[in-house]
Amino acid sequence: MSKIHVTTTLNGDQVEYLCEPQETLLDVLRNQLDLTGSKEGCGSGDCGACSVTLNGRLVCSCLVLAAEAEGNEIDTIEGMADGEQLHPLQQKFLDHAALQCGVCTPGFLVAAKALLAKNPNPTEVEVRYWLAGNLCRCTGYDKIINAVMDAAAEMRGA
Amino acid sequence: MALDTEKRDFKIVGTRAPRPDGIDKVTGRAQFGADKSAPGMLVGQILRSPHAHARIKSIDTSAAEALSGVKSVITSADFDKASNSFNQDALDNCMAREKALYHGHAVAAVAAISPSVAKQALKLIKVDYEVLPHVIEVEDAIKPDAPIVQECRQAADTPAGLSQNITHQMSFGHGDLDAGFAKADLVIERSFKTAATHQGYIEPHACLATMGSDGKADLWCCTQGQYYVRELCADFLGMETSQLRVTASEIGGGFGGKTTVFIEPVALALSRKAGKPVKLVMTRDEVFKATGPTISTFSDVKIGMTKDGRITAAHAMLRYQGGAFPCGTIEFGLMSAFAAYDLEAVTAEGFNVMTNRPRQAAYRAPGAPVAIYPVESVVDELCQQLDLDPLDVRLKNAASKGTKSSYGPTFDDIGLVATLEAAKAHPHYSAPLGPNQGRGLSCGFWFNFGGNTSVSLNLNADGTVGIVEGNPDIGGSRASISQMAAEELGIPYDNIRTTIADTSSLGFNDVTDGSRVTFAVGLATIKAARDAIQKMCKRVAKLWDIDEDAVVWEDGYAKPAGPNAGDFEPMSIAEIAAMANSTGGPIAGHHEVNADGAGVSFGVHLVDLEIDPETGHTTILRYTVFQDAGKAVNPDYVEGQMQGGAVQGIGWALNEEYIYGDDGLLQNPGFLDYRIPVASDLPPIEAVILEIPNPGHPYGVRGVGETSIVPPLAALSNGVSRAIGHRMYQLPMSPPKILKTIKG
Repeated sequence: MSKIHVTTTLNGDQVEYLCEPQETLLDVLRNQLDLTGSKEGCGSGDCGACSVTLNGRLVCSCLVLAAEAEGNEIDTIEGMADGEQLHPLQQKFLDHAALQCGVCTPGFLVAAKALLAKNPNPTEVEVRYWLAGNLCRCTGYDKIINAVMDAAAEMRGA
Repeated sequence: MALDTEKRDFKIVGTRAPRPDGIDKVTGRAQFGADKSAPGMLVGQILRSPHAHARIKSIDTSAAEALSGVKSVITSADFDKASNSFNQDALDNCMAREKALYHGHAVAAVAAISPSVAKQALKLIKVDYEVLPHVIEVEDAIKPDAPIVQECRQAADTPAGLSQNITHQMSFGHGDLDAGFAKADLVIERSFKTAATHQGYIEPHACLATMGSDGKADLWCCTQGQYYVRELCADFLGMETSQLRVTASEIGGGFGGKTTVFIEPVALALSRKAGKPVKLVMTRDEVFKATGPTISTFSDVKIGMTKDGRITAAHAMLRYQGGAFPCGTIEFGLMSAFAAYDLEAVTAEGFNVMTNRPRQAAYRAPGAPVAIYPVESVVDELCQQLDLDPLDVRLKNAASKGTKSSYGPTFDDIGLVATLEAAKAHPHYSAPLGPNQGRGLSCGFWFNFGGNTSVSLNLNADGTVGIVEGNPDIGGSRASISQMAAEELGIPYDNIRTTIADTSSLGFNDVTDGSRVTFAVGLATIKAARDAIQKMCKRVAKLWDIDEDAVVWEDGYAKPAGPNAGDFEPMSIAEIAAMANSTGGPIAGHHEVNADGAGVSFGVHLVDLEIDPETGHTTILRYTVFQDAGKAVNPDYVEGQMQGGAVQGIGWALNEEYIYGDDGLLQNPGFLDYRIPVASDLPPIEAVILEIPNPGHPYGVRGVGETSIVPPLAALSNGVSRAIGHRMYQLPMSPPKILKTIKG
């Protein structure tokens, strides 16, 4: 089986890779590009732990074929902080203790960032519904919601 | 180790210190089980039984072995016999021997150069099965003519007329039940059913095994207990424990489900045979089919009460199924069922029965939620019928210091009454309710464990401190351990770094379970710090040429005291560290202990909910958790445990269940059909921390991890029952079941 050559923009940098036709974007991110921040919790789009954005749109990278990244822009958790400067969402997750085991955290952060890009002033209910595609088994979501609301307020003020 | 007699004014304990692993976890840098690779690594995959129960007549792996790119194929023949029957069960669960005992039971495994080659190889393995009759439900498995899951495993005292599948039979209690029920004004007896649920951690099991021809091996895996993984794997592979080093990755949730092994011995056996590193990662489908789950239950509870709300007698008959192997979880259920009550006459009896389901794994307060659910439901029904306030009735009957518990021991200082009083005083309890709404409440209980613990505390040359402990951090324990050390040493929290050791770098530690870590590792850390302080004071006494006892430790300084007070300038920890070379060499504190005195934990949950009478759907409007933490070392993470456990319990009560077809096959092995709570299902979960010091810990700490999953089952059932005006006796209370109850 011949491999497919893909050129894409990943966290602002141009990258190239070869992938098998059936390989997912998540497989390539994790196994070829060593970007293991995106997690595989289910492989079926139910848990959101592999959330990335594709041209700014929130997707489960386990449901995107690696070949589909050709010519597009992918952003992952690894691109969220600006050098040493954490994104306000990352900082608020720490301030609010919005993680326990932390395996779902990258997915929540990517999803929350996509929400605030569309809707900088969400209600608590809107945050809860937007993040309903991201499963967390540790926190009961309470502190996550508080962190996102607080980050949204800070980003609006900034 | 007793509570410090001197009352402390804590400086760092009790603060919301940031967690040391936080930055790694918000940037994606943290390495979990599946995030590690090795040069030349192979991919492992497992072949699983398509049947619920089948004899394995033969396995032909020759075609798979011949496939290009396949480096090893293993079956149960590649493992040693385990050293005892419990370990043998764990091994047989990892790889079936004579029979496949449940749908998804592992029967063979391959290691190959790529996932696609491994997948192809699995298809080439020919297993000749003789399909056998299966049994799934508790009530079927106990019948004398039920299919036998495993021969010759039944409890010696199995009740007459019941199946050979019964493996544990036991009873707890005291007093004269008949006399007690005779004193009651009202006696209610009901039967209850609960479905099996899964721990539902988001990270599937994953490991990377490397075993060389010299017999030495390294294993990286997501586990709650690297030392126990080492013990089991070494046993199964016929290795000396010293030759296997296990390193725990960051762990993506466990809740008890990662306290044993599933794929780790398989990866080691594949690596041994292939002579190369093997990475094995479960799919979510495999996680549901072959790991976890909890018990399911079918139980009867009978309670008598006087008109003024005094419980006169209580009896429970609990029947648990724990999958295809003997399962002792029934014992925890029987011991916890009536723990919240001070009773003159009480008996909890019951047994475990084997079925063709996956081997039960511990899940947060194992056995307790499903034992306390029927008890708290019957108490609530009694309160409703006698027109009594359910909180007042619980206060009237609450266990307290000096109560002889239903399971034997007499309680020391416990927080149940304070917790109930806090619930009663909270505005939630008196808030008005609207139409189709109900308020439910329930008590919860967990024993808490201590256990074997080793801690080393190393003083660095600059006066900062490294702590080495051996328990995977599952919810912020590195922060709380560092806080306790900082408190004891009198140095800033940021000057401490706590690391979790591999099995070769520190003495033995029991698994991260039983809510033991903040209690037991904390206790050992405090003792290790005191050991280091003593050593530092000794060095300083020598320098000052004064008696060792004349040096005291205060706020990170050694100070002269007694007759020498004021004679010398206090020396800071940094100064002492800097001159360690010339005063006797490196300074480290240690403590090794089998900790007892964990101190039991109680909680009370209040829930307001609304039922849609058209659909049977439950909306949770308000939820408040009250729990005794003894001393909350880091309130953020105590609240996190209280909230997280509550939501897992909500899932158990409303949605979650293992669903089997008549063919004995699991029908919902995925997060789409096995629905855990999502953010939009829930309101904010308010957490109210009570602090009734545990007499068995220097700072009064109690474990807080497990109690919170116990009350939601009955709290929600009581809330739903009151909202719809009919009692519910079965979990989960999915919309169709509620609708059916409403419509009679």
